[in-house]
Amino acid sequence: MSKIHGYRKYRPRSQPAYDFPPYASTAKRHPTRPLVIAPQTLSEITGPVFGYDDLQPTDHDLTRQHRGEPIGERILVSGRVLDESGRPVPHTLVEVWQANAAGRYPHKADQHDAPLDPNFSGAGRTLTDAKGHYRFVTVRPGEYPWRNHYNAWRPAHIHFSLFGRAFLTRLVTQMYFPGDPLLTLDPMYMSIPDPKGRQRLVSQFDLENTVPQHALAYRFDIVLRGRAATPMEQS
Amino acid sequence: MKLIASGSQTVGPYLHIGLTWLNTDRIAGPGVRGERMIIQGRLLDGDGVGVGDGLVEIWQANAAGRYAHPDDRRKTPLEKGFRGFGRIPTDVKGRFRFSTVKPGRVPGPGGNLQAPHLSVTVFMRGLLKQLSTRIYFPGDPANAQDPLLKRVPAARRATLIARRKAKGVLEWNIVLQGRSETVFFDF
Repeated sequence: MSKIHGYRKYRPRSQPAYDFPPYASTAKRHPTRPLVIAPQTLSEITGPVFGYDDLQPTDHDLTRQHRGEPIGERILVSGRVLDESGRPVPHTLVEVWQANAAGRYPHKADQHDAPLDPNFSGAGRTLTDAKGHYRFVTVRPGEYPWRNHYNAWRPAHIHFSLFGRAFLTRLVTQMYFPGDPLLTLDPMYMSIPDPKGRQRLVSQFDLENTVPQHALAYRFDIVLRGRAATPMEQS
Repeated sequence: MKLIASGSQTVGPYLHIGLTWLNTDRIAGPGVRGERMIIQGRLLDGDGVGVGDGLVEIWQANAAGRYAHPDDRRKTPLEKGFRGFGRIPTDVKGRFRFSTVKPGRVPGPGGNLQAPHLSVTVFMRGLLKQLSTRIYFPGDPANAQDPLLKRVPAARRATLIARRKAKGVLEWNIVLQGRSETVFFDF
């Protein structure tokens, strides 16, 4: 009998509820029955492993994926992927996607009357290094309207998708920008009950990494679910 | 725990922009041993309407019951190039379809083997955090002793077991609400 090292439950109020009426689309898309509490097994504490073979050289630089430079304010977004104990999560895949500087996605479902940018696809990915660091070059995304409620606008945001070490640590989240007046009006941001949890999703202006005459930098650390203190019995 | 975990947020309607580069609907390549099958189904909302902006991710062991992950330290053979990961966006009608091999049995709590299963994570617009579920295989005698299936009320177990549709083709639907609501797990 060997032991497996499972993961702690998320801290209460750090995660949104499935049924969240201010975000109207949750109404028909949340489970109505309680989730079945289940033990973590080898199936949950393992997960897909990705490597540099999966990536292209310009995948982390969204400003260099086309012939010309995209319109907008060039920014650097970097940070660390950590677990709840503060340990780095090394060599893990980080995927991002975002609107262009005008607040428009190159997607058939996006009908917002703002220009597309032929030099911006809005998608990137990278792997964290041995100490959990990642870095993207992009342009600051624009705010855009949506139809959730009257005069609804999404704050500027970048979508992040992460795997971590296990299928259980999988996380899709969004990065926001400091000082955005739309944040407290946004049902997505406000769906996180704990104000400190919400703050975790707001990047910080990063003077240290700002490159003179080139680009402002923002720092965004991502914290994945952490390991339990004691291992569980498992064959 | 020193740090508060980052909160989950929806993938939103434009998930394809960032995620389709890794679409994988053939989980097992040509050199991978095992019983080959296609698994297909629909992701259905509370009105029974197909969710056209959803994403299904699969994680599985190979036919010998080995995960391609460093924490699976058993000596069971693992084919080179087998990752065991699938990513399949739903189409406009909420349909998804992928091919794979039936996984072998992997250890569970208390040293008992689990019945063969695929781990499934579901994402979509309107879902603020992912849903976790599993696909089990019809007619597998191990299902009766599976430690997770045993935790599910008997009347709801069928939502986790795929149905045989044709030779080599299984059907399994994800039903978000209603009488045949799929069982989702909290691990």
